[in-house]
Amino acid sequence: MYNLKELALMDENGKRSDGRGMDELRSIKITVGVVKNADGSAYIEFGKNKIIVAVYGPREVHPKHMALPDRCVLRCRYHMSPFSTDTRKNPAPSRREVEISKVMRESLEPSLILSDYPRAVIDVFVEVLQADGGSRCAGINAASVALADAGINMRDLVSACAAGRLSDNIVLDINDLEDKEGDADMPVAYLPNLEQVTLLQLDGKLTTAQFSECLEKAISGCKSVYEIQKEALMKKYFGNEMELKEEA
Amino acid sequence: MSSSKRSTVIVEQLRKQQMLEALSREKRLDGRDFESYRNFEIEVGIIDKASGSAKVKLGNTEVIAGVKVETGEPFEGLENKGALIMSAEVLPTASPHVEPGPPDEDAIELSRVVDRGIRESEMLDLDKLVLIPGKIVYTVFVDCSIINSDGNLLDATSYAVVAALLTSKFPIYEIKDEQVVDTGKTMPPPITTMPISITAVRIGESVLLDPTTEEEACMDARITMTTQSDGNIVAVQKGFTGPFFFNQIVQFSEIARIKGEEMRSKIKELN
Repeated sequence: MYNLKELALMDENGKRSDGRGMDELRSIKITVGVVKNADGSAYIEFGKNKIIVAVYGPREVHPKHMALPDRCVLRCRYHMSPFSTDTRKNPAPSRREVEISKVMRESLEPSLILSDYPRAVIDVFVEVLQADGGSRCAGINAASVALADAGINMRDLVSACAAGRLSDNIVLDINDLEDKEGDADMPVAYLPNLEQVTLLQLDGKLTTAQFSECLEKAISGCKSVYEIQKEALMKKYFGNEMELKEEA
Repeated sequence: MSSSKRSTVIVEQLRKQQMLEALSREKRLDGRDFESYRNFEIEVGIIDKASGSAKVKLGNTEVIAGVKVETGEPFEGLENKGALIMSAEVLPTASPHVEPGPPDEDAIELSRVVDRGIRESEMLDLDKLVLIPGKIVYTVFVDCSIINSDGNLLDATSYAVVAALLTSKFPIYEIKDEQVVDTGKTMPPPITTMPISITAVRIGESVLLDPTTEEEACMDARITMTTQSDGNIVAVQKGFTGPFFFNQIVQFSEIARIKGEEMRSKIKELN
């Protein structure tokens, strides 16, 4: 017997509401260099999420007193367009957006070598055009690619993906419906080469065993996302060479 | 301007060096070992006009939480549940660095992380706080004021909220002729579990519980994990700019469960 709620989230064959298996990511498409005026930019479609990220900098800090003598300031603004959600979102920044801007900045910072640009600022603007659950992870993925596109010195890319729980199953990449109706949602950002976690949040209930399973699954998702990020960057910077190689 | 900034950076780095040197000898600057909390005091029922209240002292950090219960419309999409609204303000009394004004991102993160622990654990059974389904429900406000700030505001605030809710007495409202009437009687709140948060910071390789302001100034990364009475994890937040390794997180999840149980029994005693 299945109750209605569980049936909606997962059918008897273990298929989820959008037809995915338990360990399957939504489709991800990243395009690099989409904003002409920006120093670096990227557009990501992550399931139904559509997010554009522009990076400006390193550039002079305004207001000047924010400048740091030994390193660069990183600023990050996560913002949702009023038309990005089912009911219109008030364009003024909400408390949720302030928090996400903060954790996003903190998830990106360990990947950057900010001491290379003292007294400067790097601005990362993340605009969510359409939201579909997991927009912070999708935003981080695009932001990290945009920072690379801007030529900022980096230790690693940042790859992000959520995992969560639908009754007894730990599943990869929670969508909007699963976020609202599911039992736990854990967004994670990861430095794939340094093997470090730079974003970790959880809401929902997990046993300690489920917690480490969930974290492990999210990290495996991050590793898959990493390959797509790399491909997107390769395509912009080595696009022709890649085609030549394929022909040969 | 810039020369004073430069000297601040030098002082910061000297202080961090001193901290790392102490930590390498397994000592904290205030003499605690890595896994112990500071002296912890709770006083409940300190505000007569609130339905519930608590003052928590965690070392020199001091937080007051107050509960007010009113009626109102339910939230959209949660028509058959009472409404829970939480806020936290770092008062200008708390330290020389706080200025009055709208909450900054640290204060917003603080109240949202505390809220997450209470909400996700379903500590309050909101299904029981409905007067007319879809129309009128109990609205529970929990507001927190940070009086003095010396690190680990997250845990201090979350303990104050738990203690205030646990010891509160909700007014009983009734519907008469489609009007809300305060009966003047009170009831204990519908409590289902006790969420307890445990916070640690990583400084270099050392992971320290219950950080002071001094330790937070030197931290590489912070992590907060909230467990409920059955030991299950209900909320996590990693904070600050540094990363954690997978193993450090899994190890901390064990510590959060064990230490959480210890703190939970301390708060229970007061009740």
